[in-house]
Amino acid sequence: MNRRLKLFIPIAIFFIMAGFLLFGLNDGRNPNLVPSALVSKPFPKFTQPSLYPEMGEFSREDFVGDILFVNIWGSWCPPCHVEHPYFLELSKQEDDITFIGISYDYSMVEDRDFLAERGNPFDYNIVDLDGSLRIDLGVTGAPETFLVDQNGMILYRHIGALDADIWREKFVPLLDQIR
Amino acid sequence: MIPELGNFSLVLALSLSILLSVLPMVGVYRNNPLLMTLSRPLCAGIWVFMVVSFGCLAHAFLNDDFSVRYVASNSNSLLPWFYKFTGVWGGHEGSLLLWVLMVASWTYAVSLFSRNLPLDILARVLSIMGIISVSFLVFMLLTSNPFDRLMLNPPADGTDLNPLLQDFGLIVHPPMLYMGYVGFSVAFAFAITALLTGKLDAAWARWTRPWTNAAWAFLTLGIALGSWWAYYELGWGGWWFWDPTENVAFMPWLVGTALIHSLAVTEKRGVFKSWTVLLAIAAFSLSLLGTFIIRSGLITSVHAFAVDPERGLVLLAILLVVIGASLFLYALRAPVVKGTASYTMTSREVFLLINNILLVVSTAGILLGTLYPLIHEAINGEANMVSVGPPYFNTIFLPLMALLTVFLTIGSISRWKKTSTAFLKDQLVKVAVASVLLGIVLPLFITREVNLSIFLAVSLALWIVFGIARDLVTKSANKDSLVKGLKSLSLSYYGMQLAHLGFAVIILGICLTSHYSVERDVRLAPGQGIEIGSYEFIFQGVVDAPGPNYRAEAGTVDVLKNGRPYMTLHPEKRTYLATGAVQTEADIDVGFFRDLFAALGDPRGEGAWVVRIHLKPFVFWIWFGAFLMAAGGVTAILDRRYRVRDAVVRDVPPEKAATGLGMKSPVEAS
Repeated sequence: MNRRLKLFIPIAIFFIMAGFLLFGLNDGRNPNLVPSALVSKPFPKFTQPSLYPEMGEFSREDFVGDILFVNIWGSWCPPCHVEHPYFLELSKQEDDITFIGISYDYSMVEDRDFLAERGNPFDYNIVDLDGSLRIDLGVTGAPETFLVDQNGMILYRHIGALDADIWREKFVPLLDQIR
Repeated sequence: MIPELGNFSLVLALSLSILLSVLPMVGVYRNNPLLMTLSRPLCAGIWVFMVVSFGCLAHAFLNDDFSVRYVASNSNSLLPWFYKFTGVWGGHEGSLLLWVLMVASWTYAVSLFSRNLPLDILARVLSIMGIISVSFLVFMLLTSNPFDRLMLNPPADGTDLNPLLQDFGLIVHPPMLYMGYVGFSVAFAFAITALLTGKLDAAWARWTRPWTNAAWAFLTLGIALGSWWAYYELGWGGWWFWDPTENVAFMPWLVGTALIHSLAVTEKRGVFKSWTVLLAIAAFSLSLLGTFIIRSGLITSVHAFAVDPERGLVLLAILLVVIGASLFLYALRAPVVKGTASYTMTSREVFLLINNILLVVSTAGILLGTLYPLIHEAINGEANMVSVGPPYFNTIFLPLMALLTVFLTIGSISRWKKTSTAFLKDQLVKVAVASVLLGIVLPLFITREVNLSIFLAVSLALWIVFGIARDLVTKSANKDSLVKGLKSLSLSYYGMQLAHLGFAVIILGICLTSHYSVERDVRLAPGQGIEIGSYEFIFQGVVDAPGPNYRAEAGTVDVLKNGRPYMTLHPEKRTYLATGAVQTEADIDVGFFRDLFAALGDPRGEGAWVVRIHLKPFVFWIWFGAFLMAAGGVTAILDRRYRVRDAVVRDVPPEKAATGLGMKSPVEAS
């Protein structure tokens, strides 16, 4: 190649990059697509047993690529009773979301009874046996609900009982962006 | 009234910047010394008005003037006064103001410390820096004015400063980082000047070196502070995440490091000239790119600047003009600044070239990884999203750095032009054997486990350290005594060795803390404890502790060492009153050889809590090493030869030197 032409390589690279940057500024593009480990935190790594001992253990890797609805709950928590019927409805209606219930270690037996009695909205039930998952998530109490995208990034966190209004206002717009 | 004064000052600073970017340049081409000398007072004027403007915004913050939109959204009446002050740069508009204040400060500093510079060169350099000020002042006034008022119904109270930013690390991190980012504008302006004049000699490199070192030292500290903040404030014990926000600060640093080394070659040997110019342009361009990526909303950022597509477009336009124009100029003019000297395969020139290649390739790898999700999305559409994580960056970066370390010692021991292989062998064989042997024996002896990456990292770190010692001995050998010999070495030499030592310390810190940290999450009732190594941590329960603008649950963890009381940690869980945001405040006992880390999880009934306890050996060395590197940069600046007038004048054609020294600006005269 001509020596003089080689000197134009830097500016050519720069203009190609600028093209992609311009694309990045498109209206309505979801900036979360370039995930930030510091803001939209990735869902933490974990390995915890199932609420049902015969099911073995689960870890984050088991759910890579799925949209997750993660609910921290316990049968001892009154607001969890309030949101439970809505979850039964929701899990029927949202086929492409994986529903995960996370129980506390000290209510395993009661939680199993509760689900057997009133119905199980969750695809997977996991016990946070040593409490480490709750620290990683920064959980303040029960119930809390996390929406996680296919890349494992937490898109939204809701503290307190969840109902149809909150679902429509907060969760649905985010889901529309990632579906 | 005060905010309007601030706004007015900004407009005045813009007007003066426009004059600065035009008049001295016109003076150069009309050969009018009066117009050229105007550059100095103009710089002073811009700086003064930027300081006034910054002071006005600070005044609005300290006096809770919530009729100013920016204050209302970044402060709160309950905030302690020092966080009100630092809230000035807690959001997009104010931090941009700080950014421009930094540009003005560097410009003013160049005009003050440039007595040696020929007037026509100084006029060009300051004009170019004026153009940068103009771009960003226009951007600020058009899209991001920090003094905008909320005319109707100003709120009674502000919405609060992001709790993550209410922290000491965040008080000092942005000013340091911006000093580094913006500091590269000086090297950039010198580079453009060299392209314009076609004159790039040893004197040029000598003017540019201290400014580049200064910017690099600031950037080093800024990045280290950011990493330190993430470590203790985000509360997960991590210290580097390969996050886009980190990468965009790291890339100018890597290129800046390459620039420092390439400038050395250009000064001493008169080669790599157009490469040096390209690196200077690249370092500042990457700084601008970082500013753009963080502020355009292209990616989610911890700084939570409001996303506004209009801002992004204006910034991209600035990027296109400034970077595009300078790279175009480079393509046209680079052949003018050609190197002349020759060198051989085993010369220091070649080893520094290898250093430059490794640093630039690492930067390219990081740039690609940072932008890849965007590129992928542009080509394949939103349905195919990818994210690039630490595995990619570590795979690219760590081997390149290991290689860089190997050449670091060889390069700093070798000589310019030609180094005989016999000399290199004589100097380095023992160093190599000693560092590899000790690198394996020491960890094996202390931990009794075989771990190849530990062996490699310790060997590499020792390779640097022993290499420095060996070189000190060699360089002082021809003097009567070691002390006399050491005294005869220059400060820039010591600066280099200090920075290299810092690099060795960082390698050790990163490797040892990654492998030997112990992290435990345990449920503890008051009085219960756990043992890690020679430490025992005993949980004493949690009490309510109100803060100035938050409610906290404060835990107490007593630490025993070898069974004796040692110290107490107080991790907290805070709920901020204005926003209801919950923040985990870890408590860390910082030590030279280990950090003790405690954070609160959640309550588990009857006073019991889940508590996270970390023992992190050598983590402090990561930041201590960065500090040594920055100190090395500063030491090199202090070298006499950057201030000796004769040395500089010698390289300048007589008629230019006469103009440069003969004309005194009004500022200088007063």
